[in-house]
Amino acid sequence: MEHKIKDHSNAAARFLKDEERATWHDETLWFVRSKRDKAAQQLPEWESLREMASGIKAHTLSHLDKYLLAFEAKAKANGVHVHWATDAEEHNRIVYSILAKHKAKNVVKSKSMLTEECGLNHHLESQGISVVDTDLGEYIVQLRKEQPSHIVLPAIHLKKEDVSNTFHECLQTEKNNFDPAYLTNSARIVLREKFLEADAAITGVNFAVAETGSIVICTNEGNADLGVHSAPLHIACMGIEKLIPKAKHLGIFLRLLARSATGQPITSYSSHFRRPRKGQEMHIVLVDNGRTQQLGRKDFKDSLKCIRCGACLNTCPVYRRSGGHSYHNSVAGPIGAILAPNLDMRKNADLPFASTLCGSCTNVCPVKINIHEQLWSWRQILMKEWYGSPAKKASMKAMAFVLSRPRMYKLSGKIGRKIMQWLPGLVNNRLNPWHKNREMPQAPRQSFNEWYEKNKR
Amino acid sequence: MKVALFIPCYIDQFFPKVAIATLQVLEKVGCEVFYPVNQTCCGQPMANAGYASLANSCNKNFIQNFYGFDYIVSPSGSCVAHVKEHLHYKPREKEAAIMRNNVYELTEFLTDVVKVVNVGAYFPHKVGLHTSCHGQRMLGLSSMSERVGPSFSKPEQLLNEVKGLQLMRPARVDECCGFGGTFCVTEEAVSVRMGQDRIRDHAANEVEYITGGDVSCLMHLEGILKRQKSRIKVVHIAEILNTKWSIK
Repeated sequence: MEHKIKDHSNAAARFLKDEERATWHDETLWFVRSKRDKAAQQLPEWESLREMASGIKAHTLSHLDKYLLAFEAKAKANGVHVHWATDAEEHNRIVYSILAKHKAKNVVKSKSMLTEECGLNHHLESQGISVVDTDLGEYIVQLRKEQPSHIVLPAIHLKKEDVSNTFHECLQTEKNNFDPAYLTNSARIVLREKFLEADAAITGVNFAVAETGSIVICTNEGNADLGVHSAPLHIACMGIEKLIPKAKHLGIFLRLLARSATGQPITSYSSHFRRPRKGQEMHIVLVDNGRTQQLGRKDFKDSLKCIRCGACLNTCPVYRRSGGHSYHNSVAGPIGAILAPNLDMRKNADLPFASTLCGSCTNVCPVKINIHEQLWSWRQILMKEWYGSPAKKASMKAMAFVLSRPRMYKLSGKIGRKIMQWLPGLVNNRLNPWHKNREMPQAPRQSFNEWYEKNKR
Repeated sequence: MKVALFIPCYIDQFFPKVAIATLQVLEKVGCEVFYPVNQTCCGQPMANAGYASLANSCNKNFIQNFYGFDYIVSPSGSCVAHVKEHLHYKPREKEAAIMRNNVYELTEFLTDVVKVVNVGAYFPHKVGLHTSCHGQRMLGLSSMSERVGPSFSKPEQLLNEVKGLQLMRPARVDECCGFGGTFCVTEEAVSVRMGQDRIRDHAANEVEYITGGDVSCLMHLEGILKRQKSRIKVVHIAEILNTKWSIK
């Protein structure tokens, strides 16, 4: 099991091998975080907005059953078909069955981390349905057959040269034309055709309002709107935690979301969908996929407050230096590291350890999720459930044994320091990960304790 | 004022000079300082590695050594934050609760409890301050770049009064150095890269010293500096405050 614990760390080391790219990745995301800081600083009421948003989410989560049923009733009254899916598989099955009923072959999708989480594209493609991700970044990673590496900036791990090469290969654009405007326009031409020939549009949901039965989708490219407005069928897929009670609460979340995500005062398109337009059919799929289980975990239920702004990824010094793919989960970064173990503890046991617990994630979170504390709590559970290596447990036991016995602690400290002084080779070698790129601290002749006994007693 | 000196295990073993400086600073500002000689470790290394369940005997030992003092003071924000958040021991939970409340990091103790303005120190150097995460974000020793609110810093407040000291702020004022306890070995590559980046940020200010309130971060940065054969040195804030004494 030890190799599992080391997964993130190995992937991160591979990412860091390309120093220049790692620097660029770090600086680009830091730029986004700095923009977020400036945007937040412009609102003196920022901290109270966070407090309100967190409170509304806490209230909603503790009455989720009530609000979900209210939402369903309203949506149905609006002429929307509502479906419930307990897990990813059921979600995929439902979406497929709706598409099959309409004999839909070409689907345009706007960015949705939920469908990513459920592996929807793969499922539909295996049934002979073509799915095109229409968000530019998402389209790029789709062409490369990769997962998004960031929940808001899916292709942030790629440089324009990578995009140019991908487009040259898949869309026959000019080789070595790195001009972002040229590349964007090339994608736009292809995507426009996809929109026109689409039989169905699948979208995610940023917020679902229980009071009105309506949903809100935020994009910067307007691609969700284009899809929904041109296709005869709209399927919106949402996790059950996306709910908020009333339309009047939207203002709080929309102000927080864009500023936290990119530093924009508001996303370019905040589109509200309440009922299908004439001649269109609208479906909403409400997905659990482990969310009620997480709701039942006392220490982790607050992770469901997440509005997927990505601020914790941008600020995380570990994420910025390891890249999203090192998290081997649809949602990367600190928030992903507290959501993923809920879905699969064994597979994701390494993620809560991919953090220094610096706490910056908790500070930027617009809904005040105590992310770093949850990372700490997951570590306790994962090690208790035996997902740590036996060697790690044995060394921790030995450490605890020595450190709780003052005389043994003093003696082993003395021996340890002597070894470091007399036989530095025992410590300064390749087996010591500290020594690989750092010098060891110098062992002093005397511990403080020894100094104190001599000089102060 | 009965103050118990809490010297974390790795400071005791590897950085006795920081402990001595802390003791002397506290005495010079008029505290009656006691050093419980049977103290060992607060249990943070085990707890952060996911084995808080194994730290019970450390907690017991901590309570045995430190209960009954007016204040517990330590030159390590990280260990203080751990005690504040995680010191529990079922048979002595009442005592643990009191101790979670009266444990202080050195600079916050000096500014908030002793209310020292000028410690009369003299350190004629260009110094960069590394704001360690646990001290800053968990203990609130200074305002945080992510939060909206008034700007303040307890360690800066003290350093600003040190004669001759030129304090420099790195561009990323409060980013983590990458030490992170066992993280520094389990995620060696990221840890080192984070440390190198912090150093680059300070080096851009042409500092002679990097200081801070946590020896662990400084130990990590020092390890990288030495490997790089850099001329920048690290020094704990207690060592700066302990220079040339004459309290005004």
